[in-house]
Amino acid sequence: MAKVPVQFTLNGSEKAEFVDSGTTLLNALRDKIGDTSPKGGCQQGTCGACSVIVDGELRLSCLTLAETCNGAAITTTSGLAEGGVLHPLQRAFLDTFATQCGFCTPGMIMAAKVLLDHTPNPSREDVVEALSGNICRCTGYEPIIQAVLTAARANSQSAA
Amino acid sequence: MALALQTFPTVRDANAALKVAGTRYLGGGTLVVRAANEGDVAVSGLVRSTDPALSAVEIADGRVRIGASVTMAAIARHAELGALAKAARAVGGPAVRNMATVGGNLFAPAPYGDFAVALLALDAMVSTDDGELPVETFLGGRDNSRAIVTSVSFALPKDDGFRFLKVSRIKPKGVSVLSIAVVLEQAGNGTISSARIALGCMADRPVRARAAEKALLGKTLDPNGIAAALGAAGEGTSPITDPIASAWYRAEVLPVHLGRLLLS
Repeated sequence: MAKVPVQFTLNGSEKAEFVDSGTTLLNALRDKIGDTSPKGGCQQGTCGACSVIVDGELRLSCLTLAETCNGAAITTTSGLAEGGVLHPLQRAFLDTFATQCGFCTPGMIMAAKVLLDHTPNPSREDVVEALSGNICRCTGYEPIIQAVLTAARANSQSAA
Repeated sequence: MALALQTFPTVRDANAALKVAGTRYLGGGTLVVRAANEGDVAVSGLVRSTDPALSAVEIADGRVRIGASVTMAAIARHAELGALAKAARAVGGPAVRNMATVGGNLFAPAPYGDFAVALLALDAMVSTDDGELPVETFLGGRDNSRAIVTSVSFALPKDDGFRFLKVSRIKPKGVSVLSIAVVLEQAGNGTISSARIALGCMADRPVRARAAEKALLGKTLDPNGIAAALGAAGEGTSPITDPIASAWYRAEVLPVHLGRLLLS
């Protein structure tokens, strides 16, 4: 099958690859570029484990074709830490035990990041709604909700 | 399995490419890429169009035309489409709403396609390069439809004229047990002069509850006035059975939820 070029910015770095036409963004990121932070869960758009941010919007990378992302700015959880310092969301997930098996965590953090980017001081209902497309089978969700609220408080305190 | 994607600047060229057997149109990807991921071997190639008209929303003289590529998220946040926001937000989680399109929702099999239920109650027109069809006719023939949907259009409902309810077991978000959309007009004395009721999950695609609509005419919106309509709500329906609910359960709870929506 003919290869097609894909070129986008991933966590601030220019990336260019040739992929089979019709390759999902998830497979391009994991198998071609080596960013394994987005997870392949259901492959149906139900679990949210593959969530990434494309041009500021939360997207499911398992249902997005890589070649439709040419020129886009893509953010994944692996790009959040800066200089070895965890992002406030990552720190909060650790501190509130919001991670157990960890499979849903990168998708949850992406969904939470989009929320906090637009709504720095979300209500609990805002958080629940923002995470409503992401499934966790370990935690019962409560520690994850608390982690996002904790990260929001940390952000607002550091901004004050 | 990788699928070759062809991208065209115009709908006309994309329509021509779709004539090849096995090709499917790619909108947001939530239906067709999902099918490919599940191993649907009937999908052998994908076609899409980047025509900007597909992403436009036009509102004039009380009518709205929404391009087929407009996403649920775009509708939910559109300042002048507030009446439809609840129906748009009923679709999926945030990521799905950023991807799922108006055009794609017309093809979503039950228990999906909540926004198409709203379009049916709104008596929308569906446009393709071949012309326009009433949404009810379009939905009836969608299995054999090959022309790319370019837009949907309808009269913007008056304040409180449009009501929508999605029933799911998981809060705040889950797959539909059923969904109901109602467009009502009331005369000066409060009696119902016009009613359109559309149901999701009560067949393999959205259907009108015509017997209930007829039973509402001339009645008032109170428990006595709607009783006959609730009794007739399930007439002509053929609810789906899936892991969410049985056909029996859906038929049992439909009058309850329709009653709550009408009296809300």
